Amino acid sequence: MRHAVRSTQGIELVIVGASAGGIEALFLLLADLPADWRLPLVVLLHLPEGHESHLVEVFRYRVPFAVEEAQDKAPIEAGTLYFAAPGYHLSVERDASFSLSCEAPVHYSRPSIDLLMMSAADAYGERVAGFLLTGANDDGARGLRQIHQAGGLTAVQDPAVAHVPTMPQAAIDADPPDFVLPLAGLHDLLLQLDAHHAP
Amino acid sequence: MKGRHHVRDDGGAEARREAPPAAAPALAAQPPSDVDIELRLLMEAIYLKYNHDFRDYTGASQKRRVLYALSQMNLPSISALQERVLRDPNVFARLLQYLTVPVSEMFRDPSYFLALRRQVAPLLHTYPSVKVWVAGCSTGEEVYSLAILLHEEGLLKRTRIYATDINPDSLEKARQGIYALEAVRNYTVNYQRAGGVRAFSDYYTAAYDAARFDPQLCADVIFADHSLATDSVFAETQLVSCRNVLIYFNRQLQDRALGLFHDSLSHRGFLGLGAKESIDFSGYAGRFDVMARAERIFRKAG
Repeated sequence: MRHAVRSTQGIELVIVGASAGGIEALFLLLADLPADWRLPLVVLLHLPEGHESHLVEVFRYRVPFAVEEAQDKAPIEAGTLYFAAPGYHLSVERDASFSLSCEAPVHYSRPSIDLLMMSAADAYGERVAGFLLTGANDDGARGLRQIHQAGGLTAVQDPAVAHVPTMPQAAIDADPPDFVLPLAGLHDLLLQLDAHHAP
Repeated sequence: MKGRHHVRDDGGAEARREAPPAAAPALAAQPPSDVDIELRLLMEAIYLKYNHDFRDYTGASQKRRVLYALSQMNLPSISALQERVLRDPNVFARLLQYLTVPVSEMFRDPSYFLALRRQVAPLLHTYPSVKVWVAGCSTGEEVYSLAILLHEEGLLKRTRIYATDINPDSLEKARQGIYALEAVRNYTVNYQRAGGVRAFSDYYTAAYDAARFDPQLCADVIFADHSLATDSVFAETQLVSCRNVLIYFNRQLQDRALGLFHDSLSHRGFLGLGAKESIDFSGYAGRFDVMARAERIFRKAG
């Protein structure tokens, strides 16, 4: 158990994982972000395989900066909101790019939040923040723990007010995060991380 | 298991890359960890000893699979694995099963096969004989999918399919064409969405928990060991299907593979890639025309 809350300085990448109830949670988390946003945000929302995701189109109208699907081998750009495509695992590489892979699903999920967060912990170390929101399975708990162990920042939606508490609770049980907050608090934390992000 | 003794023409390892090996990425987010160093040394050892080249595979996925292999093989470190791999070819043969990722489905992304059926098959009819290359065929699900499609379009009898992979165990499974019956039942929906008009069960014989696909589908399929990382072009083809293989390669190796496809394809030949694969970031972006963007079907530029 840690006693000091990790500083909000020095974050260069934010990973957000969500499952059941996630879209509504994302609307609140990502509401009213400023147009001069700098941090790259990577969102992984569990969706059924074989269906095209419409998250990029939906959020393009709600976010005043670039919104893209995270493409294989694409460099991670500042000031961009990325969504993970369904049907493939998404990883962050050490050269600050994305990669996709077709390994077996993890926790019945492909993409898996655990795999994405673990790759980001490995690639970015203490410069990554992991956010975990509402959801009905255990995906993300291992990934968040690995971000914590790498010195990164971890934040979990308060299970008491999450649409489905299973996923955030599993993460808290696996490893106490730096922050346990309702969505409004996570939103403020996100703004703080971007404000403290050196250009 | 010995090193690879595949057919190789004179391009060979010399043609593998012009640039010196092991150049550090320009934008390294983190200095290499001990595990990264061990991983790179392992891939170098595998290349020198067995001529299997995994040095230009994408980092995160490869690292995950090697670490998983460690846990399954009860070894304490990648260095320990390297020592075993160097001295015992059987250990390498086992590791190879972790280093390659099997494709899981028949008619995965039905819209791809539907586009092949509707847009490509009519053009293939204009050739007296057709050659198709399924590069990275793994355990063969895609080979049987294509053979069924070509059969239904009246093309199979004049088509030769080259199905290549680097994993001998996968190639053997592909040759046998036996898949879990439960999985095959799930493929039926894919088959129908891909424009299939028959009963999917016409193509296989079910026994116990397994489905064996009709060997006639593969009467003119050549299953062969071929590496996109080290081998050269072996035939002129009209269609190359290489899906969810390039995602495991770094850009340099992607370019090498796309170069092989470009060289293999005849004038205005067709290239099919995985649903999330792109040539936009490659050196070949201008050398293929987009035929069906969402389905990732391209055509060699004239």
